[in-house]
Amino acid sequence: MVILTMNGVRVQAEEGSTLLEVARFYGIDIPTLCYHDELTPYGACRLCMVEVDDGRRTRLVASCLYLVREGIKVKTHTERVMKGRKLILELLIARCPNSKTLQDLASKMGLDKVRFKMENKDCILCGLCLRMCAEQMGSGAIGFVGRGQKREVVTPFREASEICRNCGACMYICPVVETQCRGIKSPGELCNSCLIITPQCSEKYGQVMCTLDSCGACVEKEKKIV
Amino acid sequence: MKKIRTPQGLEALQNSLLQRRDSNKSCVRVCIGTGCRARGSVVVAEAFRNEIKKQNLEIPIDTKQTGCHGFCESGPVIVIGPREIFYQRVKLRDVPEIVSKTLLNGEIIDRLLYVDPTTGQKVLYEHEVPFYEKQRRQILANNGRIDPTDILDYIAVGGYQALAKAITTMSCDEIIGTVEKSGLRGLGGAGFPTGRKWRVCHKVPGDVKFVIGNGDEGDPGAFSDRSLMEANPHSILEGMIIGAYAIGANQGYLYVRAEYPLALKHLQIAIDQAREYGFLGSKIFSSGFDFDIKIIQGGGAFVCGESSALVASIEGKVGEPRAKYIHTVERGLWNEPTNLNNVKTWASVPLIINNGADWYAKIGTEKSKGTAIFSLVGKVNNTGLVEVPMGTQLKEIIYDIGGGILEGKKFKAVQTGGPSGGCIPEELLDLSVDFERLTEAGSMMGSGGMIVMDEDTCMVDVARYFLDFLQYESCGKCVPCREGIKRMLEIVTNIAAGRGKKEDMDLLQELAETIKDFSLCGLGKTAPNTVLSTLRYFREEYETHVRDKKCPAGICKDLIEYFILEDKCTGCGACLKLCPQQAIDAYGLTHTIDPAKCIKCGICRDACSFEAIMVK
Repeated sequence: MVILTMNGVRVQAEEGSTLLEVARFYGIDIPTLCYHDELTPYGACRLCMVEVDDGRRTRLVASCLYLVREGIKVKTHTERVMKGRKLILELLIARCPNSKTLQDLASKMGLDKVRFKMENKDCILCGLCLRMCAEQMGSGAIGFVGRGQKREVVTPFREASEICRNCGACMYICPVVETQCRGIKSPGELCNSCLIITPQCSEKYGQVMCTLDSCGACVEKEKKIV
Repeated sequence: MKKIRTPQGLEALQNSLLQRRDSNKSCVRVCIGTGCRARGSVVVAEAFRNEIKKQNLEIPIDTKQTGCHGFCESGPVIVIGPREIFYQRVKLRDVPEIVSKTLLNGEIIDRLLYVDPTTGQKVLYEHEVPFYEKQRRQILANNGRIDPTDILDYIAVGGYQALAKAITTMSCDEIIGTVEKSGLRGLGGAGFPTGRKWRVCHKVPGDVKFVIGNGDEGDPGAFSDRSLMEANPHSILEGMIIGAYAIGANQGYLYVRAEYPLALKHLQIAIDQAREYGFLGSKIFSSGFDFDIKIIQGGGAFVCGESSALVASIEGKVGEPRAKYIHTVERGLWNEPTNLNNVKTWASVPLIINNGADWYAKIGTEKSKGTAIFSLVGKVNNTGLVEVPMGTQLKEIIYDIGGGILEGKKFKAVQTGGPSGGCIPEELLDLSVDFERLTEAGSMMGSGGMIVMDEDTCMVDVARYFLDFLQYESCGKCVPCREGIKRMLEIVTNIAAGRGKKEDMDLLQELAETIKDFSLCGLGKTAPNTVLSTLRYFREEYETHVRDKKCPAGICKDLIEYFILEDKCTGCGACLKLCPQQAIDAYGLTHTIDPAKCIKCGICRDACSFEAIMVK
């Protein structure tokens, strides 16, 4: 067992486990987009970055890849971390504004403005689908092609793959293609209505009333004065 | 059998080579490095050989094709031994004259000598040329002296003696200790202490270990690795063999980009020759040490110069970096301990073994030892390869060695370290160049590129150019680097086009800092350096673009206008003929430019002999 400090609390962790696993075990919520329990961690979305002080220096590491070490001090929600996470999410939403996963995360992290020109892409290049295909389905029908701005997920030579069994696992695991956010009214705006964990009506009873809108979110509306 | 098994055998071979080579014999050494080659040096070398044959000379004369001398500005350069006369810009038609005058009668041909632009004096010898005078050429010392395709040349100048010394008289610990004590740091740019890296790799348990030589130099404007690989491949091999022996590796890889065909050719010849002489293969110097090297060609991705991406590329995977929380020295190539160093670092090792750690530690500054190699390019008079002790001031490199700014213009900034380096302004010109100082100034040592910019350079445009390079060379794996660089480019492009808003600069700053913090690999972590350093030192210029919609340097096309000075225009019509847009009208005596048609290509300005066309 390894002993480390996480957000000021001394915690125990099994040797060889990652910071993300430890944090989640102790109920600390670290957002991720390219991580899945059953797949090899990839470290690409950079949302799971945390601050680690190993006695010599403090640096940011990807918690999904960084293995626990004796005596390190980990902080999962510092100002520096939160600022970076928010900006990364902002960059991703600017790329795929219709994704419900991203819109949910935005509400949760309090992101209320996107300062970049909106695009309308479907893929955030998290690489979950191709790891799913190769590692869990034993197929490897899809992969990354190109680099930089030209990177995309395709089958070899963009031809129908002979080894793809149409199992749908790639679609199942994709964080972006699933249900699109229906809360946004004009393209590129932030919905910000999902995931309001505490319904406003419970706190401000009498002034507001709360309805469930089409996507299941709790929407605050001013109570009409009769 | 050619194989050399003992240090005595090597020394005997060197002595016999030196005896056979009469030091009084004339020898023409023609540079066939890439720069001189482009100016026709191969033909010149061939002509020398034919001419000497044709004139049927009684005294024996050697012709030798050597690697890059570094002074690419004056190519093709030749050096005539034994007097070491230095001729530059030698043309094919000069060859018969050189043979009949200089080689036969010892006469000097004045017009081929280098003229010092500051004093106007003619310079006879290579080492007296101001370009070389201030340099300390160690790693590049033998570049212009030996034929890179002949191992005997390398042995004659003392080659492979460090290897013999290391294997037969030193233990692994001693070798690593010497390298540690010398203070050698990774010359690929990161500056990690080489000895410490070797020590860890040596200690990690494992039967199979690898060493890798990184020759994947991808920065625009950098050519030091290239020159070394082309001109002195054996020095790299010797260093790698010594390193492998100390670490306990039996297989080495040299990762060289496919865009360097000459380097690949020379390295392959060198490896074959080293095998022939027993420096590679089994039981090197009759010890129990076996080692071989294989060349891997890079596929053209800039990011593959990053160590973990390079390793992935050798394994046959997509060349993208991985997080290095477990270091390559512990788990690298095929998950085995791997020691990766730049080719310049490897080439420094024989020097340290031969001359001792103290000799090396004396050169340079307190924390950065040895020499640094820069590819000096841009708006300087003398472009070429420069090797100086660490701690040399920037202005010494640019003014004393580089000969100052082209056409007497004003210096504006110098960018060191390739696309991920920063731009250093005039007020920091007395900065001493070493790993720490450059990082403090917001730049880095990097690959050793040094691009000098003059007053006609727009810093917003410079940032835009490098971001454009990086957005396609980012591997695209992690979000901040891939998306962030794209957005930075978007903002900078907007500013350059006069669409910038006041808050853009803060957003740019925020983006740059986040990318630096959150990116996965060294490429992403250093990618915002150009933006950060230009924002830090040239903020005023960004502000002028945003506030006044003007480009002070007259570069950003959307913010400038070409016009003709009435009193200078002679109405010659030169611009008129060349304008691709027919935007120039010739009513009356002088011409005028129609701004609605003008695409600001600048052809007219280049064509005008009277400096009548200006930009505002």
